[in-house]
Amino acid sequence: MKKLLLASTAATMMAGAGFAEDVKVGIILGFTGPIESLTPDMAASAELALKEVSDSGAFLDGSTITPVRADSTCVDAAAASAAAERLITSDGVVAIMGADCSGVTGAVLSNVAVPNGVVMISPSATSPGLTTVEDNGLFFRTSPSDARQGEILAEVLEEKGISSVAVSYTNSDYGKGLADAFEAAFDGEITINTSHEDGKADYSAEIGALASAGGDVLVVLGYVDQGGKGIIQAAADTGAFDTFLMGDGMYGDSLVADLGDIVEGSMGIVPWAEGEGTDAFNALGEAAGINVSSAYTRESYDAGALIALAMAKGGEATKEAVAANVLDVANAPGEKILPGELDKALKILAEGGDIDYVGATNVELIGPGEAAGTYRYYTITDGDFETVDIR
Amino acid sequence: MDILNALVAFTNFVVVPATAYGSQLALGALGVTLIYGVLRFSNFAHGETMSFGAMVVVLVTGLFQSWGLSLGALPTALLALPFGILATALLLLLTDRVVYKFYRKVKAVPVMFVIVSTGVMFVMNGLVRMVVGTDDRRFSDGARFVINAREFKAWSGLNEGLALKTTQVITVVVAMITVAALFWFLNKTRTGKSMRAFSDNEDLALLSGINPERVVMITWLLVAALATIAGTLYGLDKSYKPFIFQQLLLPVFAAAIVGGIGNPLGAVAGGFVIAFSEVTLTYAFKKVVTYLGPDSWAPDGLVQLLSTDYKFAVSFAILIIVLLFKPTGLFKGQSI
Repeated sequence: MKKLLLASTAATMMAGAGFAEDVKVGIILGFTGPIESLTPDMAASAELALKEVSDSGAFLDGSTITPVRADSTCVDAAAASAAAERLITSDGVVAIMGADCSGVTGAVLSNVAVPNGVVMISPSATSPGLTTVEDNGLFFRTSPSDARQGEILAEVLEEKGISSVAVSYTNSDYGKGLADAFEAAFDGEITINTSHEDGKADYSAEIGALASAGGDVLVVLGYVDQGGKGIIQAAADTGAFDTFLMGDGMYGDSLVADLGDIVEGSMGIVPWAEGEGTDAFNALGEAAGINVSSAYTRESYDAGALIALAMAKGGEATKEAVAANVLDVANAPGEKILPGELDKALKILAEGGDIDYVGATNVELIGPGEAAGTYRYYTITDGDFETVDIR
Repeated sequence: MDILNALVAFTNFVVVPATAYGSQLALGALGVTLIYGVLRFSNFAHGETMSFGAMVVVLVTGLFQSWGLSLGALPTALLALPFGILATALLLLLTDRVVYKFYRKVKAVPVMFVIVSTGVMFVMNGLVRMVVGTDDRRFSDGARFVINAREFKAWSGLNEGLALKTTQVITVVVAMITVAALFWFLNKTRTGKSMRAFSDNEDLALLSGINPERVVMITWLLVAALATIAGTLYGLDKSYKPFIFQQLLLPVFAAAIVGGIGNPLGAVAGGFVIAFSEVTLTYAFKKVVTYLGPDSWAPDGLVQLLSTDYKFAVSFAILIIVLLFKPTGLFKGQSI
């Protein structure tokens, strides 16, 4: 009884002190450019989380959150930095959900976010380089670093007893980072580690070099709708390789639809999450008309939710509150919070309690604030992705 | 046995792809060279003309496939080719009427034509993207292989496989037929001879009663056919993607200039020189050396002259070397 009284007194005092306001949160994703087909669902997922917070009425005395979108272009660092600058100086956002691609994320972080002291939570930048970047504790990501993916790729090969492979990666921050991570983790022989350009029609020269170097398996770290598919097609046409191991960029329905028999028996890994948090998000997203099976929608929802919860934990809608509390709300100890339970989380936080945000991807931020990550190891059997295990 | 293995590996990864690629470049370079010979300017819009022709073929192929029309083992695209040529011819004649005719009338200098053709390139580029978008399209159907790598290995007992795609055979055969027909036309027919006369000496040709507008029209028709065939063969063999035709412009021009611009025979030779240089210089000879030499020779490295990233640099380098030392090209074309 005493506790309840105390809590309600505290709540009344805070209600008296604070007043409802409209908080702005920036969402910077590549709405134009190479991943423009993914970003609408990612943005909608983040906005879903922010809307849930606003609608609950329990966020900082009934304050609401208004998302402001900006275009990162995925590839143009100057355009992305300008867009982020606008979000902070003109729109006055307190935190940024984004950016998406590793290259522009690094640029926005060092040019805009760090100088202004604003937190960025990226749902999809996976480059290992971002782990060691100078961020003053302002950069977080809900997707795992590719350093982890490189380890898992190496693990899969070692389990299969394959000791000699050739590697072809897409010529970008993502491809290079992942290829380097794989090379560092793999104990066997890498006969050749070379890049391919996206957007070409002809990969015969690349395949000539790969075939000459040899290897039991070709590791393809590219994009499914770009050069990665061309490389696999050309490798199979010339009989250079029969089995392929694919990184996360190669996971997509068009892989099986276009390549059919060629990739039969090949394997790959992709970031994955399962459990009640994922199911809860899928139900929520579907009800809101979001294509939940699209890539990085869950990570986006979690990024949006973490920003709001960090503000609630800090008790004020400021950039400092976000920076100080993201790790606190994301990790144990505390009450576990699933998607759709944000109002419960806000009430606990308002009462001064602790939460452990689980979210759609079992969020657990490690090291300098990045997701530990789980991956799905699959093989392609009878023209379908068959899960071997989740690790 | 080792010599055979080396030979098969080299054929599979160098000779076969380079021959198909060379045929495609040769057809593209022929179009460039014809325009240069008769209309006297470097047509930068040629890559996009190839793209437009191939696009029409892709669309008509799709239509035929939906009707259930096919050529059995051969790709349906061959059936759609005439429609592509027709549409491209109409587009080129329209462009000539609306754009180039004016500059001919005011007797603009060649460099002006080059700039104008760059403008045309961007318009055509936009047109193609508006019609089909920027996505990758595959339109080859029918049998995929003449020789399958896995079956070849089983049949020959060699370590190395040899693959020969249907589209590669079709590319070479169609290119040979097209080039033969073009040479016959230029050398044997009255119209062809009048074109060559016009190309050699415009004033004399006009004096002898050759109608310049007719020569120009026929040139555009030939260019439409060559560009469409080249674009379609490239798309069939690889895949159709609107972006890549702008990248293809460099090797096509390099081929035309290396062979001697304005000289059709040179264009064909130039196409193969560029294609074989690109593929051979970036090929890793590790396997071939391992098979041929004694065991102790087996190299640790890849024995690769240039990384494949520098593929386009090869055409550039050859282009510059030829322009520096033999500006008229291998086959005595016109100097530019």
